[in-house]
Amino acid sequence: MSEVINGLSVICLLLGGLASIIAAIGIFRFPSFYTRMHAAGITDTLGSGLILIGLMLQSGWDTTLAKLVLILLFTLITSPTISYTLANAATTNKDAAK
Amino acid sequence: MNIWDSFNYWVVMILMMNGLYILISQGNFIKKIIGLTVFQTAVFIFFISMAKITGATAPILKQATEQGSTLYSNPLPHVLILTAIVVSISTMALALALVIRIKQAYGTIEEEEIQHKDQP
Amino acid sequence: MCFLLLTAFAITRAHDLLATVMLLSIYSLLCASFFVVMDAVDVAFTEAAVGAVVSTLLLLSTLSLTGRFEKPQREKPLFGLIIVLTTGALLIYGTLQMPPFGSAAAPIHQHVGSYYINQSYAETGIVNLVTSVLASYRGYDTFGELVVIFTAGVGVLALLSSQKSYPIAPIDKTILPAPMKQHHILRVVSKMLIPLILLFALYVQFHGHTGPGGGFQAGVIFASAIVLYTMIFGLQAALDVISVAWLKLFSAFGVLIYSSVGLLSLLSGENFLDYSVLAQAPIEAQHLGTLAVEMGIGITVASTIMLIFFSFSGQMHSIGEAQ
Repeated sequence: MSEVINGLSVICLLLGGLASIIAAIGIFRFPSFYTRMHAAGITDTLGSGLILIGLMLQSGWDTTLAKLVLILLFTLITSPTISYTLANAATTNKDAAK
Repeated sequence: MNIWDSFNYWVVMILMMNGLYILISQGNFIKKIIGLTVFQTAVFIFFISMAKITGATAPILKQATEQGSTLYSNPLPHVLILTAIVVSISTMALALALVIRIKQAYGTIEEEEIQHKDQP
Repeated sequence: MCFLLLTAFAITRAHDLLATVMLLSIYSLLCASFFVVMDAVDVAFTEAAVGAVVSTLLLLSTLSLTGRFEKPQREKPLFGLIIVLTTGALLIYGTLQMPPFGSAAAPIHQHVGSYYINQSYAETGIVNLVTSVLASYRGYDTFGELVVIFTAGVGVLALLSSQKSYPIAPIDKTILPAPMKQHHILRVVSKMLIPLILLFALYVQFHGHTGPGGGFQAGVIFASAIVLYTMIFGLQAALDVISVAWLKLFSAFGVLIYSSVGLLSLLSGENFLDYSVLAQAPIEAQHLGTLAVEMGIGITVASTIMLIFFSFSGQMHSIGEAQ
C-alpha cells in the first residue's frame, strides 16, 4: 500500500514540476499579454496543485496534511482572482496589454 | 582551499556593492531608498549565512528523546536579523514619508533639480 | 543565489520605477526562500511578510504620489563606480580570512550560541529557540527595537499629518466612492479571505512558542489584512472599522505592555525584564513573560504599520481632492 502511495506522490510531484517548467517557458515564449497570463495561470493551479497533492500523499495523517489542504484551498481561491484582476487591468488599460 | 567555502560571502559582497552603487549613482530618491534596501538585505544574508552549519536543522528543538544527536543552526543571528528586518521597514517608511514631503515642497524628487532650486 | 544577483542587477538597470519596485518584491521573496534553505525559518517568515508585502505596498503608494519615471541619467558616475569597486575588492579580500561556510567550528558558534541551544529548553521551556532568545535572553534588544518601530510611526505621523492629510471629519461618501465598487469578484473573495488572514495572524502570534512565528510576523500579517480591506473598500470604510485615534493609542499600548512587564519585575526586586517573579514555577513564569512581551510586540507592530499606511493613503486622498 505504501509503495502505491509513494509512487502516486512521485508521479504527482514530477507532473507538477513539469507543468511549472512548461508554464515558465510559456511566459517567455508567448506573444501577447493574454496568452502569457494563460501560462502563468497554469503554474498557479496545475503546477502548485499537483505538487501540493504529492506532498500531501507523502505526509500521512498529520497536522502537516491539514496545513497543506489549507494552502491548496487558499491557492485555489486566490489564483483565479489574481488572473481576473490582471485581465481586468489589462482590458481597462490597453497600453499595458502590448 | 575550496572555492565554495566563501562563495556565499562573495555573493553577499557583490549584492552589497550593488546597493551602494545605486545609492551613490542614482539621482532619484526612491531609487536611492531601494538601493539602501538591497544593501540592508545583503547584510541580512551575510548574518544568516554565518549562522548556518552544514547538516544542521532549524533551531526548533525536537522531542527530548532525539535531543543531543541533532545539530541546530545558531539562533542568535536569526534573532538579530528578525528584529533588523522590522526596523528596516520602519526606517524605510520614515524615508518614504520624507520623500513625499520633499515632493510637496519642491515638486520633484531628483537630487540635482533640488540642488538647482536651492541655489539663490 | 544567482537569481538574487540577476534581480539586483536588474534593479540597478531599470528606469521604470514601478518595475523596480516589483523587482524588489521578487528579490525579497528570493531572499526569504534563501533563508529557508539556511534554516532560518523565522527570519524567512518575517522577510516574506515585510519585504515582499509591506515594503512593496509603501513604495507603491509613494510612487502614486511622486510619479512613475525617473529622469534619465546625465553621465555615468565613474567616481562612484571606482569607490564601489575598491570597497568591494577590499571586502572580498576580507572574506578570505573567514572560516569556511557551514563549518561547525567557526568562532560564531562557540560562545552564547551553543549555550542557548543546550540550556534554553531547561530554563525557559520554549521549543522555538528563536522565540526564547528574542523574548527572554535578549529582551532588552527587542524592547529597543520595539521603541524604534514606535518612533518611526510617530515620525511618519509628524511628517505627514501636519496639514489636513487623513480625513478626520466624516466625508460625504458620494464624493469618495469605494475604489473597487465594480469589481464584484474582488470584493467577495477578499471578504472571504480577510477573516482567514486575521485568524492566521492570531495563530502565528500564539504559536511562536512551538513553531516559527511570533509578535513581529503576526503584527505584519494582521496589518496586511486591514490594508487589503482598505484597498478594496476604501479608506473611509477602513477608518470606520478602526480609527486613527485608536491606532495611536494601541501602538503606544503595546510598548506600555512590554515596559510594564519589565517594571513589574523591577518592582518585585528583580532585574528589569526578569520574568521569574511572574509565577511560582520558573518555566511557567518564562512562558507568561514571553507571551506578554509577544503580545506587546504584536499590538505595536500591527497598529504602527496600519498607521503608516493610513497616513500614506490619506496623502493620496488629499491630493486627489486638490486636483
